[in-house]
Amino acid sequence: MNKTSRILILVSALVMIAIYFVPVWNISLDAPQYPEGLGMQIWINKMTGDLQIINGLNHYIGMKTIQPDSIQELKFMPYILGFIIMYGLLVVIINKKSLLLSWIIIMIIIGAIGAYDFWSWEYDYGHNLDPTAAIKVPGMNYQPPLIGSKQLLNFNASSMPDIGAFILFASGIAAIIILIYEYKKSKIKNTGL
Amino acid sequence: MSGDEAEKVYVAPGKYDEFYYFVSGGFSGQLATYGIPSGRLLKVIPVYSVNPENGYGYTEESKPMLNTSYGFVPWDDSHHSELSQTDGVPDGRWVFINGNNTPRLARIDLKTFRTVEILEIPNSAGNHSSPFITPGTEYVVAGTRFSVPVPNKDVPISTYKENFRGTISFIKVDKDKGDMSIAFQLITPPYDYDLSHAGKGPSYGWFFFSCYNSEEANTLLEVNASQKDKDYIMAVNWKKIEEFVAQNKGTMMESKYAHNKWSDETHSATSEILTSTRTLKPEDVPGCIYYIPCPKSPHGADVDPTGNYIVGGGKLATVIPVFSFEKIKKAIESNQSDGNVEGIPVLKYDECLAGEVQNPGLGPLHTEFDDKGFAYTSAFVSSEIVKWKVETREVVDRMPVYYSVGHLSIPGGDSRKPWGKYLVSMNKMTKDRYLPTGPELTQSAQLIDISGEKMKLLSDFPTIGEPHYAQGIPADLVTKNQIKIYKIEDNKNPYATKSPNDAKVVREGNVVHVYIAAMRSHFTPDNIEGVKVGDEVYFHMTNLEQDWDIPHGFAVMGNQNSEMLVMPGETCSLKWVPERAGIYPMYCTDFCSALHQEMQGYVRVSPKDSNTPLTFSTGNK
Repeated sequence: MNKTSRILILVSALVMIAIYFVPVWNISLDAPQYPEGLGMQIWINKMTGDLQIINGLNHYIGMKTIQPDSIQELKFMPYILGFIIMYGLLVVIINKKSLLLSWIIIMIIIGAIGAYDFWSWEYDYGHNLDPTAAIKVPGMNYQPPLIGSKQLLNFNASSMPDIGAFILFASGIAAIIILIYEYKKSKIKNTGL
Repeated sequence: MSGDEAEKVYVAPGKYDEFYYFVSGGFSGQLATYGIPSGRLLKVIPVYSVNPENGYGYTEESKPMLNTSYGFVPWDDSHHSELSQTDGVPDGRWVFINGNNTPRLARIDLKTFRTVEILEIPNSAGNHSSPFITPGTEYVVAGTRFSVPVPNKDVPISTYKENFRGTISFIKVDKDKGDMSIAFQLITPPYDYDLSHAGKGPSYGWFFFSCYNSEEANTLLEVNASQKDKDYIMAVNWKKIEEFVAQNKGTMMESKYAHNKWSDETHSATSEILTSTRTLKPEDVPGCIYYIPCPKSPHGADVDPTGNYIVGGGKLATVIPVFSFEKIKKAIESNQSDGNVEGIPVLKYDECLAGEVQNPGLGPLHTEFDDKGFAYTSAFVSSEIVKWKVETREVVDRMPVYYSVGHLSIPGGDSRKPWGKYLVSMNKMTKDRYLPTGPELTQSAQLIDISGEKMKLLSDFPTIGEPHYAQGIPADLVTKNQIKIYKIEDNKNPYATKSPNDAKVVREGNVVHVYIAAMRSHFTPDNIEGVKVGDEVYFHMTNLEQDWDIPHGFAVMGNQNSEMLVMPGETCSLKWVPERAGIYPMYCTDFCSALHQEMQGYVRVSPKDSNTPLTFSTGNK
């Protein structure tokens, strides 16, 4: 791999450090009586926003309270991110295309598992409701979408990637582009054209 | 009416008014907040009067606010609102308002729109010429409308001239916290001190007080205090008096007065009785106090934005005298006087006068100013507002108001920087202006557009109580400091219940403390047994919400007290002494949520000698 590619891989890896300092996902809730909006941000290691208010409102439909302390993923995700970043640095040092390919595959797998895990949390909160809840609507569940908006009673819930997810996505795309470039380059060399 | 008035006062749904207006409640004792130009009532802030609507003066936490040296006084007559200023311009931090009846001074914090401090003024009776302030809010003043013996004592009323005295109090305001303390009190001749305003710009360091009854009458003042052609405006050099105070001049006089303060941390008030004030006689502060003759029984003493002119509102006068500060200074320096009163030199009228406004209307009372060099004077008797040019004293416009205007108010109109767009006329009579409501009619304010050459009446709106004075301020100066909730973690009330798990009921002899946590849509606990007839029950309720605009209320059947509203993060305590055995419902009074109607519970009250154990629960816990 040439110098430019290696520098770009280095940048892609290092820029992911920023994910520790910005939210990864954002769920916003809009309702007629909340003109100021309610929001919940999911970071790599914590949750912020109007959790207390959202939990207070959720008790009417019997949803479990969202307690960041009991979510194990928030404890080990920072290490997984660290692993991804270190792996990227390793790609730069060892300088092998195959290693770059494996880095990309690992990122895709972890990303997919993360998304599935997030979806299952949403499913759990949205479906496993207290049977004695005050508000019960037959056939209704309160699972917000993974990406997009959904009307949940008086709330319109929108779930969208936040800055952290965009950074991760951009780094992955950059790595893929570099990989394609490198393969094309070596093909040209091999054919002698 | 020309047709575009409706458009000028229309504030579309969801849009904000351009100005806040703080309108005194007069005999209601409160302070009302309106939006201008719409004239919409936004909030009545309880100040001097108990307010069962939210528990002010009824909850254990708020009761000390209304303590005085006379005990608990649940009412007052609040006349003048005055916004704090920085560098002579309203800054939107606090608004002060006087209590005229039992002399008091209150400060409202505009972060929370709550009364946070009430200071009783000793040696005073009828705190009328108050609470006007100096340009940097260094001092707020309190001048007595009624002269009385100082210190007060049992004397024949007929010994008025000999035994009665006026007092003018200067109350220091802490620059950052706003806390008030009496710096000094001037003991003055026994006149009625009516209104006042501070000098600014060139006249910075001076304060001007109007006074009537220089006849020193103690009966039938209507006639007896209207005999002299001229009474006075008293000019006080407070800057120079500060030097005498620093030298420890004057006498510390024994005087009992209450100082009540509210804390947003403990969500409760404390009342302290203070015991002395520094009093200064004119001879203690030579060269600091002068009388300027002013026709006739002056009411307003108003200073123009430049600080060059002082306008007297002689309510029985046929002209409006405009005094020049420059000339007053020269008159003082020239040492020529028309004699003196109790050692206070009386300056010569003509030497202080810049000129008179001729034909200003009958019964001129108050003057405010715009930012284009014009003054606006209210004329009570001829029921009109007269616009005149400050420099030339010529009348340029006049318009009738309905009916009999007292004060008028322009946002910043008594400051260095008026926002000269609107004028609010506060009228004393309404007669046929609104749908009739029996013999007791609403009072009224009228909104007038003063942005053009001619004044234009825009709208009428009714007001609470009797509006005396009002002050307006651009809304953003106030909205930027607003708080939405009290943080529960900062709640230092000793009776706070910060989690439903901490809710409890504790008996101490015949006193029962109920620690309640309120959260949509239930109380913890909501079933209480073991209370006995004659117990003193205190419901200490903490609103655990941390959400905007979710207060919870609390009331219990048959309580000879009031209800209470508890804001998010706050703790309030309501006393209840049940007199009959039985079951007593309690419930949330502020529609908080879809299941607000379910936010209820029961207290079981057993006979005095019963053995019902003290228990409490919510749900199955």
